[in-house]
Amino acid sequence: MEALLAIVIGVLYASGVYMLMRRSIVKLIIGLALLAHGASLLVFTAAGLTRAVPPVIPYGEKAVTGVADPLPQALILTAIVISFGVQAFAMVLAYRAYQTVGTDDLDDMKATDT
Amino acid sequence: MNSLIVLPILLPLLVGAACVVAWRYVAAQRILTLAGSIVYLAVSVVLLERVASEGIQAVQKGDWIAPFGITLVADMFSAAMVATTGVVTLVIVVYSLGSMDRPREAWGYYPLFNILIMGVSGAFLTGDIFNLFVWFEVLLISSFVLLALGGERAQLEGAIKYVTLNLVASAFFLAAVGILYAMAGSLNMADLSQRLGSAADPGLVTTLAVLFLVAFGIKGAIFPLFFWLPASYHTPPVAVSAIFGGLLTKVGVYALIRVFTLLFLNNVDYTHTIILWVGAITMVTGVLGAVAQYEFRRLLSFHIVSQIGYMVMGLGFFTPLAMAGTVFFIVHNIFVKTNLFLVSGVSHRIHGTYDLKKLGGLYRAHPWVGMLFLLSALSLAGVPPLSGFFGKLVLVKAGLGIEQFVVVAAALGVSLLTLFSMTKIWAEAFWKPLPEGTETHAPGAGMGPMLGGIVTLAVLAVVMGVAAGPLFVLAQQAGEQLTNPAPYIEAVLRVRGGS
Repeated sequence: MEALLAIVIGVLYASGVYMLMRRSIVKLIIGLALLAHGASLLVFTAAGLTRAVPPVIPYGEKAVTGVADPLPQALILTAIVISFGVQAFAMVLAYRAYQTVGTDDLDDMKATDT
Repeated sequence: MNSLIVLPILLPLLVGAACVVAWRYVAAQRILTLAGSIVYLAVSVVLLERVASEGIQAVQKGDWIAPFGITLVADMFSAAMVATTGVVTLVIVVYSLGSMDRPREAWGYYPLFNILIMGVSGAFLTGDIFNLFVWFEVLLISSFVLLALGGERAQLEGAIKYVTLNLVASAFFLAAVGILYAMAGSLNMADLSQRLGSAADPGLVTTLAVLFLVAFGIKGAIFPLFFWLPASYHTPPVAVSAIFGGLLTKVGVYALIRVFTLLFLNNVDYTHTIILWVGAITMVTGVLGAVAQYEFRRLLSFHIVSQIGYMVMGLGFFTPLAMAGTVFFIVHNIFVKTNLFLVSGVSHRIHGTYDLKKLGGLYRAHPWVGMLFLLSALSLAGVPPLSGFFGKLVLVKAGLGIEQFVVVAAALGVSLLTLFSMTKIWAEAFWKPLPEGTETHAPGAGMGPMLGGIVTLAVLAVVMGVAAGPLFVLAQQAGEQLTNPAPYIEAVLRVRGGS
């Protein structure tokens, strides 16, 4: 399972980077989203996949062993919420830039570069 | 128990929230933000004093013991950064009162500014690597909006580059945190410091270290990852440019220094040598990039990159003296760089342009502005007895102490080129006669607060130079804490319970 997910992560990163390098601003945002998903999946996979029981400690017991680690999923949840907000902002920004500049071609947005 | 550490985070949050409530009453937002930043400054100075007299302060929020709780730590470096933030925040708020235009004020400048400061304080004070990520996102999101607020074409184009590169950096950062957790099983930095010391696979730790170097390198704008900075920092209004240029990139440098003094000490020969050379190349490319620039704020933006190089170089030397010099240099640079941006705002206010070729005659018309610029510019270049001189002196001395002659020579050469750049601004904007066709505006109301902010920071540049001795004692304390993580670890893992 890890090997499969590793490939999926690799594909996500590769396609994310590819989209980042396209000239269209919409594809840029899709690229950012794919990178964020790749990173989240990486955290999920790196922390270890297990078929173990959920980490619910029965009443009266101090600790249980052999349960899944809930922390990576909490981390991913936070990261997903953050990236959702940021991507929503990026879309609005891209739309405003499209309205103001009149194009969605990043090569035409070089006014601040020189 | 010890709620002092929480205040620098809580205070801007409350003020920001209050500003949102008072959305329609800009005057109320101004007063709230001003009052908030005064209290913030007072709190940060008390915190600095407490850390200086009682050692590292740590607190666990949520009543979970370390390493499981939400850890906030203030060592000398953090406290100094928070105090510096306090000073700069107050100055910029005062400057904003005079310079920010009504539409931006009405569309949430003050709430965003407060949230930005909350994010910065959180990043400085957290003792947990994932919380560091979250604080970074908090400050990034507010900085995105601040950068784009106003919707001018240049701002939107700059914002796209800024947003893209910072999001890529965040993806790197998140991936690195995930792998770190998988490997060490902890996110608390003090705990991690202990666990990574005895990690089973040192090679993987080094790989991770480089991943963090890339993530923070993009955020801190080191070579070759800095291109977004001069493409975006000159686009928003000056007050925003100043807080970005003065403070935000230094958060990236802070994070870099934090992880490379606390976590990644297994393979110092490899990682810190990379950092050293990256620092040297960063300062050289930054200053060379500045030579070609004729836009006031773009020129200053390239100098930000160059000075980031000095800080990273100090981390690369990695001796107590070098770290003390780095801390001193960062504080000095935040003051001076912010001030140079603020001066550029005054020239824009008077002549309506940032183009050095169109500016001129400022010294003749406004000799005081000229003197204030000169103080900051010479301090940036490192002319004694101003603050920049002592920062560079200590870094050079530390470099010579460990026989890194090439890097030290580069640092000195860059100093000279910095002086050249500053002379160029002086000659173009202040000295030469005003070119024909450049309009001149009456400075108008609001000039008072703007100059007030500039004078404060210029005085601080002098004070940091004249009182370099006593201040350097504090910097040395920070340097020792940064090169010996044991007291930090003890302060975090010893404390029990929340407040």
